[in-house]
Amino acid sequence: MTTPVIELRDVSRRYDAGPPALQDASMTVQAGEAVAILGPSGSGKSTMLNLIAGLDRPDTGTVTVDGVRVDQLGEAGSARYRRSKIGMVFQFFNLLDDLTVADNVVLPAQLSGMGRREANRRAADLLESLGIARHGGAFPGRLSGGQRQRVAVARALMNRPPLLLADEPTGALDSASGEDVSELLRGLNAEGQTIVIVTHDLSLAQSCTKRTVQLVDGRITADMNTRVAR
Amino acid sequence: MSALGRVVRSGVARRRVQTLVIGLAVMMAVTASVLGGSLLVASDAPFDKAFVRQHGSHLTAQFKADRTTSAQLSASADAPGVDAASGPYPTTTINPQVNGMSVAPLSVVGRAKPGGDVDRISLTEGRWVEGPGEIVLSADSGLLARMGLELQFSDLPGSPTLKVVGMARTVSHTADAWVEPSEIAALTPAGTTGGYQMLYRFTEADTAAQIGKGRAAVTAAAPAGSMAGSQSWLALKKVSARDTSLFVPFLVAFGVLGLVMSVLIVGNVVAGTVGTGLRRIGVLKAIGFTPAQVVRAYVGQALLPAAIGTAAGVVIGNLLAVPVLSETADAYGTTGLTVEPWVDIAVVAGALGVVAVAACLSAWRAGRLRTVDALAVGRTPTPGRGRRAAHLAARLPLPRPVSLGLARPFARPARTASMVAAVLFGATAVTFATGLASSLSEVVTARDHNAADVTIGVVGPQAGPGGPPGGSTATPDAAAVDAAIEAQPGTAKHYGSATTQATVSGVTGYTNVVGFDGDASWGGYTMVSGHWMSKAGEAVVPTPFMTATDTKVGDTVTLNAHGKSVTVRIVGEVLDTRNGGMQVYTDAATLENVEPGLQATSQYIAVKSGTSVGSYVSELNGKLQPLGVSSTSAKNESESDTVVILNSLTAILTLMLVAVAGLGVLNGVVLDTHERIRDLGIHKALGMTPRQTISLVVTSVVIAGLIGGALGVPLGMALHGAVMPAMGRSAGLNLPDSVIAVYHAPELVLLGLGGLLIAVLGSLMPAGWAARTRTATALRAE
Repeated sequence: MTTPVIELRDVSRRYDAGPPALQDASMTVQAGEAVAILGPSGSGKSTMLNLIAGLDRPDTGTVTVDGVRVDQLGEAGSARYRRSKIGMVFQFFNLLDDLTVADNVVLPAQLSGMGRREANRRAADLLESLGIARHGGAFPGRLSGGQRQRVAVARALMNRPPLLLADEPTGALDSASGEDVSELLRGLNAEGQTIVIVTHDLSLAQSCTKRTVQLVDGRITADMNTRVAR
Repeated sequence: MSALGRVVRSGVARRRVQTLVIGLAVMMAVTASVLGGSLLVASDAPFDKAFVRQHGSHLTAQFKADRTTSAQLSASADAPGVDAASGPYPTTTINPQVNGMSVAPLSVVGRAKPGGDVDRISLTEGRWVEGPGEIVLSADSGLLARMGLELQFSDLPGSPTLKVVGMARTVSHTADAWVEPSEIAALTPAGTTGGYQMLYRFTEADTAAQIGKGRAAVTAAAPAGSMAGSQSWLALKKVSARDTSLFVPFLVAFGVLGLVMSVLIVGNVVAGTVGTGLRRIGVLKAIGFTPAQVVRAYVGQALLPAAIGTAAGVVIGNLLAVPVLSETADAYGTTGLTVEPWVDIAVVAGALGVVAVAACLSAWRAGRLRTVDALAVGRTPTPGRGRRAAHLAARLPLPRPVSLGLARPFARPARTASMVAAVLFGATAVTFATGLASSLSEVVTARDHNAADVTIGVVGPQAGPGGPPGGSTATPDAAAVDAAIEAQPGTAKHYGSATTQATVSGVTGYTNVVGFDGDASWGGYTMVSGHWMSKAGEAVVPTPFMTATDTKVGDTVTLNAHGKSVTVRIVGEVLDTRNGGMQVYTDAATLENVEPGLQATSQYIAVKSGTSVGSYVSELNGKLQPLGVSSTSAKNESESDTVVILNSLTAILTLMLVAVAGLGVLNGVVLDTHERIRDLGIHKALGMTPRQTISLVVTSVVIAGLIGGALGVPLGMALHGAVMPAMGRSAGLNLPDSVIAVYHAPELVLLGLGGLLIAVLGSLMPAGWAARTRTATALRAE
């Protein structure tokens, strides 16, 4: 049996005095899996994503990603973890508007200390494979939503992370662009990339993943395999 | 609570960092303004103010005790024109010893209380005398004393002692010390009679003629021949004006710097804070706020923390002003310098006014924006700004956080300009302060004429050519001393000096004339103009002498002594403040006619390179012992109170200005970091470590620091170049290039980097805050 890429054990997180955002959540994700975390607004799916990404720490329980106890990392350790273990794609892209597309993509590699030539080559390959090479010198503000999300995906893959986290990756896109990004994520998973998608869009979950974890009021209420719609 | 009140309250509560920055910036600015304003006010006629405060004595008269009685002197208070009088107080002159060493004689007055109708003495430390065995010293007595010190009088019957219980200052300079009246008899040496002091205020005392009239009236009212002497307040005022004028350009420079910086930084902080609230303003307008309501809301939002900062600043400014004004009072020889209430009021009104105007202007601009534009402007810099810089910086062979930081200033040029201005003022202050300290050091060095390695007959701060010879009281055989020096291995060169007194045609009083035996040009005399004397009949003189005699280099003056005269040509102007600058330096041969047989009383020796000065002195002293003199390698260093006070004032004021400059940078970085917190979140989400975040933020101020430093250094030099000569002129001195041109290339580079240091220090706190901010929080930030 292989070691899971993600392992959550009895994870709980509560903000201030409110109800728990996540309660006793346990799950594992194997390498090469594509998993959708599905739930309505306020169900705890973003909290779970933040915990896996090392952006937040659980009150109780453990979070292990690719052998790293994420819940035990300090700020610097979390930063290094994010560089090497995960790539993140956000709903609103979170591209830096004053950097060109190429500069945005190459940024994680530069923060990791990768050589300039190697980083540029890797970025060029990614932009080429994602079909946005001709926009390398443009600023993100000039691209369409779908193109911007492709740039975000390229940036997320820059350091060849074992895990790709996507937070509502089609939430800010029109349907055509959304389908385009779905296709992209499916393709990546088909190549072996482990992907966790947080979404409230059942169709996205069904089109991109084989497994769906349902969250309601901070609790995992279902964890089921689904057929991938192609 | 009204809708407007709620908006103000929530704005203050939600924008805690900006509220804190406004409060801090205003506090620092108000502190600096109270200090700067108080210094400017204190520099305006300090003697006159202190004189009014102390009800100073227009005429201080000394009477002979054996020619008059206490009752007769009391009656002189009724003389025509006398408005008020104090006394008679018994007086005597004492010759105290401290730890067995004799110190300078002190004029002591028996006075039961420091107050009264005339000359209300201010205690600067301790308390007034309460009984026998106690003494209060004047802060201007020249005796370096501490509280509790015991003064001994071994030559008086019973060898009495006096314990110092207080330090006091009288602007009228009526005594060196005060004791209980009954103590005077015990302190008066046998065979001498003491005296009485009377202090008068006249109804009219603005001119010498009016004082003369008053003096005549009290002289007539007292027994004939009983007045031993008197001192007019006009003479004291003249001396004080000369002393204080030295400080005025210096304090004005610092005061103006502080005030300008305060206005700049407060205005910038408030404008920046309102600027970052554009999106909120858009929201307010979208729900129905009118532009006028938006302006009122933001003015209120800025005024609330500003009012708290102002209150704190006034308190801190007043507390800080106590030691600074105390130093200033010492410099001015006055007491009771306090922060004038109107300074506090003006600063409070000014600070709140600047905040209100800055907030008004910024909020008005925001209020006039179309709602949709205000919402769209949001939190980020105008798209497109700084992109080219960011693109170029990305190509630099630097760590990415550093290149990201370097590009940041270009996204907000106005904010960067304000940071540059803050650093510029700080660097200007530091450069000016450094130059001032170097210049004062040069003046001290020039005045001490300390170039000799070994001296004979020169000991103590007041010695030297113009002062009394020390080390040995015996008159040495100059020729024998000269021969001993010549014979001593290791002697490179030497010269002797002798001092006599002469009158100078056209000038009242005596002038010190120093005759040099040998070449004294290497002795540490700093020339202002002309050259050192090269033959008999030539002389160099200080600036005050040239001013008094209305001469210039190339003119001649006639020196008269013992009924003979000699004419010398002035060939050089030398920097020298001894004896009030009334000195003439010439070759000993010049004085042969007027002062035959004048022998050198001091010797100045330079030893050969590689010679041990200690061994040289030891061996030479072996030869000099039979002659009754000794040599020493001790330097004659005399850092004056004025220099100490100026240096400490400089340090305090510079620190204040640097702190305000750092706060200006801090404000800019806080605004920038706050505005770009989401970008920061993205960086962190991509793996930027806290250390890399700190690098990014700190690097973002490097350009502002370098530019501010590069501009501030020449500005500081220019300020120094303007203030130092003004200070010299105030003191009646022309300052040579060595005193003015004190900046050297390596030092300038360091000063320029000082601007960078100010910027980096100002950015550290927000950098730490940025590094600690949680990534998820930053990504969610609106």
